[in-house]
This record gives sequence, C-alpha cells and structure tokens, in this order.
Amino acid sequence: MKTNHSEESLLSIEDLGFRWPQASQETLAISRLQLQQGETAFLYGPSGCGKSTLLSLVGGVLTANRGTVRFLGHDWQQLSSSQRDRLRADHVGFIFQQFNLLPYLSVLDNVLLATRFSERRTLQSGRPQQTAQRLLEQVGIHSTEWGRKASDLSVGQQQRVAAARALIGRPDLVIADEPTSALDEALRESFMNLLLQTCAEAGSALLFVSHDARLASRFHRQIDLTSINEATAINEATP
Amino acid sequence: MKTLLGLAVQSAWNRRFVLSLVALSIALSTFLLLGIERIRADVRENFSHSVSGTDLIVGARTGSVQLLLYSVFRIGNATNNIRWSSVQTIGQHKAVAWMVPISLGDSHRGYSVVGTSTAYFEHFRYGDRQALNFERGKPFDSVFDAVLGAEVAEQLGYALGDRLVLSHGDGQLSANDHADKPFTVAGILRRTGTPVDRSVHISLEGMEAIHLDWVAGMPMKGMAVSADQVYRHDLTPKKVTAVLIGLKNRASVFSVQRSIAEFESEPLMAILPGVALDELWDVVGIGERALLAMSVSVSLVSLVGLVAVITTALEQRRRELAILRALGAGPRQILCLLVLEGTLITLSGWIIGVFLCALTLAAFGDWSSAHLGVALHLRAPTMNEWILSGCVVTSGLIASCIPGWRAYRLSLVDGLTPRI
Repeated sequence: MKTNHSEESLLSIEDLGFRWPQASQETLAISRLQLQQGETAFLYGPSGCGKSTLLSLVGGVLTANRGTVRFLGHDWQQLSSSQRDRLRADHVGFIFQQFNLLPYLSVLDNVLLATRFSERRTLQSGRPQQTAQRLLEQVGIHSTEWGRKASDLSVGQQQRVAAARALIGRPDLVIADEPTSALDEALRESFMNLLLQTCAEAGSALLFVSHDARLASRFHRQIDLTSINEATAINEATP
Repeated sequence: MKTLLGLAVQSAWNRRFVLSLVALSIALSTFLLLGIERIRADVRENFSHSVSGTDLIVGARTGSVQLLLYSVFRIGNATNNIRWSSVQTIGQHKAVAWMVPISLGDSHRGYSVVGTSTAYFEHFRYGDRQALNFERGKPFDSVFDAVLGAEVAEQLGYALGDRLVLSHGDGQLSANDHADKPFTVAGILRRTGTPVDRSVHISLEGMEAIHLDWVAGMPMKGMAVSADQVYRHDLTPKKVTAVLIGLKNRASVFSVQRSIAEFESEPLMAILPGVALDELWDVVGIGERALLAMSVSVSLVSLVGLVAVITTALEQRRRELAILRALGAGPRQILCLLVLEGTLITLSGWIIGVFLCALTLAAFGDWSSAHLGVALHLRAPTMNEWILSGCVVTSGLIASCIPGWRAYRLSLVDGLTPRI
C-alpha cells in the first residue's frame, strides 16, 4: 500500500466521534490528536474512559462515526475492511495487557506470526527467522526457550515475546494497551527499558496506554485522555 | 491460506481430546454409511453372480422371488415339488437345449444337499458364464457318491474318499440322520464365490435311495432298506424341487415360459432369473433405503456434535481470534480458519471411518462368506462410496460454516478487546 511519510504526521485525528452501536451517547469525541513518526506517547486516564476504544480506532479495527482518523495518510474510514486489515498487518504492532500469544504455538512461531499476515513485514525483517531470533535475544528470551509453547512461559516472558512480535518487520506504530499491568515492579522496569529501546532501534512510534502515572516521564509526550475527550465532558454536563 | 491451514491444524491439535471425540463420531457414521453401501453392493454382486446362462427356472407354482431364492440361493423351502414325468415332458420341448433337475431338502452339518444330475457340472454357469471346475476328483457316478463345494470341503476338512452322513431336513434332529447310508466324497469343486461352494451335491438316485424307507418325513419302522439292498429298487426320482433350463435360442424364452405356465398335468411356473432378481431388489430396496436413512441420521447427529463442540470452544477462543485480528487477519480469514478446522475434523473422521471399514472387512470377510454366503471384498471404493464420502466431507464443510459465521460476527464485534 502506498504511503506518504514525508509531509503528514504518522497519525492524525480530527473531529473524531465514536459511539458504540446501541449506545445513546458517544464514547469518544476528540477534536485533534497527532502522533509523529518515531514519537513515543503515554496515554493515560481512568478505566472506562475509552482508552481501548481509542486504540481500536487508531489501529483501524473500529471506524469513526464522524471525523477522520488518518494513519500514514490513509483515512481508515475510506478503506475497505480488507484494506484496513492489510494496512494494520503491514504497519501496526500490538501488545495487549496479557494473553498476547497463541498458546499452542512455539515462542518463535508466535513472533513470526506477525509476518505471516503481512508481506511487507516479512520483507522488512529481511530473513524473518533470524530477525525473530535476534529480537527474542534482544528482549531477553534465549534460544532454549524458543521451541517452548507460549503457554509454558511466565507472564513476564510472554509480554517480552509479545514485544518482539510487535516489533518484527519494523512497523511504523506500536500500540501497547497496558502491557505492564500484569508485571511486578522489577519486571515492569526491565520491560519498559526493552520496549522503548527496541522501538527506538526499529524507528517505530509507540502509543502506550496505562493508568500507571509513574511510567509517564519516560515518553516524549503525555496525553490525558479525559482532558482531550470531549464526550466525557458532555456526559458529565448532561443530567 | 497455508498460514491459516497451519494455524487450524495447530489450534485443533491443542484441543485434540474433545475434537478427537467428534472425529470419532464422524468416523462411526462414515463407517455405517460406507459399510452399509459395501454390504449392499456385495450382496447384489454375489446374488447376480450366482446364476448365469440359465434361461429359465421351473418350479411348482409359487412366488417367483421365492422360487429363485430356494432354487439358486438355498434360502427358504419349496412348498411343492415337480413330478418327474413333468420334468421329462418339459425336457422334450424342442426349444430346450439342456436341463438340470434340482432336488433339495436335506442337509449336511448346516450345508444344503443338492440332488441333481451330472448335467449340473456340465451346464451350470455362474459369474460371467463360468463353468464349474473340479479342484480334485470327478462328478459322482455311483449312487452314494457326493461332490462337495469348496467351502464345505474346507470348513469340514473333507478329502476325497471321506465318508459323510446326510441329515434329513435341516439336521436339527439327530434321529433324522441318514446314518445307515453314508456317502463317499468323489469330487471337490473349485471355489466359485456362490452358493455352490456351500452345497453337497449328490445324484438324484442317491437322493431317492436315502428316502426309500421314509414316508412323510419319518423313517418307517420295520421297513428299513440297507445300503446294499437299494440297488434292487427302482431309483428313478419321483419328484424334484426345481429345474434349471437352458434354451437353444434365447428368443424362445417367453413362449417356453408360457407353455410351462399352461402345463396341464400340474401347476408349474417358469421364471427368468434376471427378472426375478430385479423383483427381489425391489423388495430389498425398501430395507436398504431404511438403513441408508438411519445412517444418514447418524451422520447428521455427528455433524450437529461437530457444530456444537466448535461453537462452544469459540467462547474460550475469543482472545485467540482477537490476537489474529490484531496481527492483520480479516474477519473472512477468521471464518476461513473455523471452516478449515471443521473440515479437517470431518476429513480425519472420514479417514478413520474408511480404515474402520477396511479393517472390519478384512476381519469379517471370511466369516461372512462362510456363514452368510456373502463374500465381502476389500477393494477400492466404488463410485457410490466416493459419492457418499463426498457427501460426508461436504456436509462437514457446510456445517463448519455455522461456527465460522459466528466467529466472523464475534471478530467484528470484539475487535481487539473481547468482552468475555
């Protein structure tokens, strides 16, 4: 898919409004939000304020009811669903809170899975097998673990494998949805170091959602969702 | 597609216990469908192979299917016999080339005894107009000679020169044995795969001899005739059960049939074996269709099981589907994944079913040919079996669309965050 990197920002949201089907009011209303190439952003807010919904909109899994969400110059809304799947597979890496991996695949196959649905990421990673191994080494998963089933790993290890998977093939954007919430403090520190470092090396932007404010300082930008989400304000205003 | 297939296999393998139960139920229904079809085809083949080259079968007036069953397949009993004089009259008909009289009713250790003439070994044909051949020995020429079918000789371990005692009727009562007049094995026929293999053939004279001192199915007290004395009696048969007739020209078959039906001295009938066989299939067809309907129902039940198991598992797999969605799998690929899974399970069930079928045939083929007279063959699937197999797999594929469609909906609704 043709992308225009030079002029536009990586992600640009304008006049976004999103309402779940059957919901009476909008969950999200954001007039403007941008993310540049390689930028790391920390998105925070209380639970239920629409963080996960915003991530789905950014990743093109959901589409806006009004306004535009442009990613790499493409308006998600304008694309067909298969084009959206394609764009997401090619340019976005995801890390969830937990259960990121397919339990029945080996560690290595889980990382390589990201290249299976995207030719671009296969090409970008050069030799996928070696790249996956290098990334796993980088996040501290050693060769003895590669053949193990993902379900046999500890939660901390699983999150690091998920990070390796999100980064294989150097996607333009990594979306992380509270990836550290299942980790204890020591693991969280090392995971954050790894994630930020590997993102920087891959040149990927990082949109990181958490309600753990202690992590905020490590990012280029901090975004308070409650302050930019006008829907919440409207909700509170209505009796 | 290759990725999806790999994922479907690995994911299914991860849940192999439950899924193997489903595959097993599909295997059983495949086994039923194919097994019933195989038995049906083999029974038909056996029956139509059993008689060939015989233009007409003559017997006392009865149902044509009944006459065919007892005269050729030794199933059931004749209600009436034909007088020998009638047989001779029919034999003089100018269109008749040969005839083989058959006299039934006695048995030897469960195998039926056929009283006949040496014309039997000359004119009787089976399969594709194959003549009977002798494995050892020769046709009977003395009164107490017997010629055994291959199965009888093999199962009972008889060799040439061995003596055997025939029983009156089905041999249930030992008092009904013809123990005073033992027969000697004069010949053993080569295997034919027809009821001939399970018959003991004796001459009509022999048949007459063992019943000389019998009246109304019972030995007459004080009137016993010893084996040596029989030659002093007239051993010309008085009655036979049926006559197989070959014509000089097949075109005259209907006129001969009509003349036999109009026979004056006693009520007779003549049947065309092929026509009677068709009538038999009409009757049997009802049972066959009922069996087919049953096995189709069993297949449907197993497919419902397939849908239920995959759909139930789907609830626990919403996370898995969300991961695939995040990695770029479209809802259509998710649908494809589920359909692949269901189809793979159906396919493996089918393969197990085919193996079960082959195994059963290999294990019970000999038994069935010895005890039921139906030779079941281990051979490549017939067209019908391919069609049935195709139906099983296709309906598995169609059934898999149900969980597939549900997964499609779920993946659209859930996106990346399944609400479990």
